[in-house]
Amino acid sequence: MSDKKPISSVNDFVVRFANVNGSGSASANEMFARAILRHGVPVSPRNIFPSNIQGLPTWYEVRVTEEGHLGARGGVDMMVAMNPQTWDKDVAGIEPGGYLFYDSTKPMPSTKFRDDITVIGVPLTAITNSTYTDPRQRQLFKNIIYLGALSALLDMDPKLIEQLIGEQYKGKEKLLSSNVHALHLGRDWALQNLKCPLGLRIKKSDKVGDRIFIEGNSAAALGAVYGGATVCAWYPITPSSSVAEAFTAHCKKYRHDPQTGKAKYAIVQGEDELASIGIVIGASWNGARAFTATSGPGISLMTEFIGLSYFAEIPAVIMNIQRAGPSTGMPTRTQQCDIIACAYASHGDTKHVLLFPEDPAEAFEFAAAAFDLAERLQTTIFLMLDLDIGMNHRLCRPLKWDDAKQYDRGKVMTAEMLDEGRDFGRYLDVDGDGIPYRTYPGTHPTKGSYFTRGTSRDRYARYSEEGSVYADNMQRLIRKFETAQDMVPRPLQANAERPTKYGVIYFGSTSPAMDEAIGLLETRGHQLDRLRIRAFPFHSSVASFLAEHDFVYVVEQNRDAQLRQLIVNENGIDPVRLVPIVHYDGTPITARYIAKAIGDHQDHLKVTPLRKAVS
Amino acid sequence: MTYIAKPKFHHPGLKKNELGYTHRDYEGKISTLCAGCGHDSITASIIEACYELSIEPHRVAKISGIGCSSKTPDYFLGNSHGFNTVHGRMPSVLTGANLANRDLIYLGVSGDGDSASIGFGQFAHSIRRGVNMTYIVENNGVYGLTKGQFSATADRGSKSKKGVTNTDNAIDLVAIALQLGATFVARSFSGDKTQLVPLIAAAIGHKGASFIDVISPCIAFNNHAGSTKSFDYVREHNDAVNRLDVLVGRDPIAVDYAPGTVQVVEQHDGSKIALRKIDADYDPHDRLGAQTFLARHAAKGQIVTGLLYVDPDAEDLHAHLDTVETPLNTLEADTLCPGSAALDKFNASLR
Repeated sequence: MSDKKPISSVNDFVVRFANVNGSGSASANEMFARAILRHGVPVSPRNIFPSNIQGLPTWYEVRVTEEGHLGARGGVDMMVAMNPQTWDKDVAGIEPGGYLFYDSTKPMPSTKFRDDITVIGVPLTAITNSTYTDPRQRQLFKNIIYLGALSALLDMDPKLIEQLIGEQYKGKEKLLSSNVHALHLGRDWALQNLKCPLGLRIKKSDKVGDRIFIEGNSAAALGAVYGGATVCAWYPITPSSSVAEAFTAHCKKYRHDPQTGKAKYAIVQGEDELASIGIVIGASWNGARAFTATSGPGISLMTEFIGLSYFAEIPAVIMNIQRAGPSTGMPTRTQQCDIIACAYASHGDTKHVLLFPEDPAEAFEFAAAAFDLAERLQTTIFLMLDLDIGMNHRLCRPLKWDDAKQYDRGKVMTAEMLDEGRDFGRYLDVDGDGIPYRTYPGTHPTKGSYFTRGTSRDRYARYSEEGSVYADNMQRLIRKFETAQDMVPRPLQANAERPTKYGVIYFGSTSPAMDEAIGLLETRGHQLDRLRIRAFPFHSSVASFLAEHDFVYVVEQNRDAQLRQLIVNENGIDPVRLVPIVHYDGTPITARYIAKAIGDHQDHLKVTPLRKAVS
Repeated sequence: MTYIAKPKFHHPGLKKNELGYTHRDYEGKISTLCAGCGHDSITASIIEACYELSIEPHRVAKISGIGCSSKTPDYFLGNSHGFNTVHGRMPSVLTGANLANRDLIYLGVSGDGDSASIGFGQFAHSIRRGVNMTYIVENNGVYGLTKGQFSATADRGSKSKKGVTNTDNAIDLVAIALQLGATFVARSFSGDKTQLVPLIAAAIGHKGASFIDVISPCIAFNNHAGSTKSFDYVREHNDAVNRLDVLVGRDPIAVDYAPGTVQVVEQHDGSKIALRKIDADYDPHDRLGAQTFLARHAAKGQIVTGLLYVDPDAEDLHAHLDTVETPLNTLEADTLCPGSAALDKFNASLR
């Protein structure tokens, strides 16, 4: 052991589990995270997994954070190294003074360790093998045994873990008691053989409050249920498949007729993304609320239909759970890399509405709102999630619904309105907001029918190749897009304590890291006003924010600073004033990264931190 | 694509159907296809079938892809909503529309390029799923709108107008539809309206995936010697296995045919089909038999037409999904939204 002091921290550290995928570790690791929450201490877990089913390395990282910093932190204080394949890298990744927890059944040469960390060996295989004979049981209970040992090392209350096991195996007494037994095997061994607790400890607190712990994909899917989606068509693709799977599960729970047992929804697994979006377009054309969930490659395939939705003005909701591209890219790694691809999807002049939720609570809210927006604006609405929000459990405020809320079905002309003699022109801008009326098929025996097409047509849906007729329609579509500005969620601004010439724009899953980075930057003496963009088209407050600041950092998780490009393009401003801060290695952006990048740039601009100027 | 509206005037003595509609009520805009195009005959047959069935015109949704055939929904049922979608993607759009409102009649109109080439996958999967629709392919073996390239249904060895011989094997959509489990499969010829009209009417009455391949010669690019989709060729090689009459009413059928030559099939909606056998051995309830019969006759260069297969007890996609009887597009928040109390419970389960 070198003179590096072991890290000592209560309720503020990072534990990383290195496992082999398919070994059943995921549920034990998740239980570890939940158990800490039950202590009243916020956690932010992240699953780092391969595009594979069995045998490849997988990591689960739990950031324990009494302060409630839910972004990834970077660095590892304690490594639970259960995967020999990644041992060297895992050991190397531990912070100096950190801890290494490993299975000590087989002796390891001393060269495999470091002398500036605390090494904790627990003979997990030996304990497991002497207790269980069935190979699958050995594998599964080994995970619970290390959970037990960790509970002792980190000073966790075993009762809270037992309670979780009780909830998970409710009604399955045999599984329940054998899991509790395995937990205590590990815990007792640690208490008897190791110095417990370590410098890293969990102490009961009250910082979780009424917050819930949920994956963004599940929340978005529930938003679709609450938002009235009745048709879902999808094609499996990581990291979006769990949206459709969660929608299926939620519908089974909430959407069966109590009398007949019949389904008030239809879910079709399409043969590809083309069919999925086609089904959505067909259903929406016919007046149902429909959506699909996909990721980058799916968006590429859907673009022809997205153009049809824009031009023929058919509602559609597409949930894009972004992953690292281009091409197949890194299917199990996160990015915000489809901003441009979605904003201008399809050939010809097009623009689409994008929503950027920051966490599962907003994913729920925006998903439900997307259906109102799609029907009101009669166009495609993208819900832009990413793997970081979608596939990780995130602590967030409870989901809320106002029972007085009715769905906004948009401008639909009914048989009664037609009989009153209302003039129906499918592409007629009667209200000056660019939004025309539509009719559902089958509305009236003699009035209100029209032919929907992706070709140019006049205000009464009659085919036309007249230049002026075409331009008139394209202008109206721009008017409609301007109308959308005031309907989509507005940006949220948070100003620094003191007036500053510097601002930062960010969106989506960058949110928790950005909030934390602001604190880090303040300690370096940098004051920044913040604007979190929540939708495209950009509200006028984005332009005001740009006007009010000399330099604005745009923080995002892609290589080409796509949101910055979109802002420059749509606002026609001098790009020099928008400084890109990009992070795109597939891992979630961290506060440390943002603070360093912005801080260094501020230094480069020779901004003298206020504190220095004063001292 | 036409924008020429047909005048509404008609002879006061024009015959009316049960609902009081005349033929004219089932017509659309004036066709802009070439004079003599087979597709226009199919349009006329669709109009005739809908008139005879006394369908309310606005209760039909007509959906098509891209191409000459896909333009035709503008030329019939002018009071119906039509949707000219994306090339090869009619089946998915129709599937979605059908899921949204199970109460309308869905007429999918496509061509051989649209269904056998770019949309082959969507054709196959909509059939597999048993979408309740009438799927008509207006099959001319050629890309008409882009001036005469071979399509995937062009027979190997057939010649293009420019004299090029097709070396690729042909896709027989009827054979594929049978293999994929279509519950109503027919082939006809645009030049044989007496065969085609009852087939369309029966297909509309069928609850499930109905597929009709209609050989429809392209007068401009595929009606020459050496083509196997020309009027002359199809007339010479047409091998009808049966003729069909649709007897809409539920009255006992007065059979005036020779015994053993007529088979009556009752469909799900109560309509009855009387099949007059031409080929005494042909059994339209035998899927496997139909497949071998087709293959055998195709090898001899014959084009088998008629009602080739029907399963009167077919189920559709809505049955598979067990959806409510009420069309999904009419459901509102009161029945779709679980409400705040359920949400509170859901939240509580996540702590």
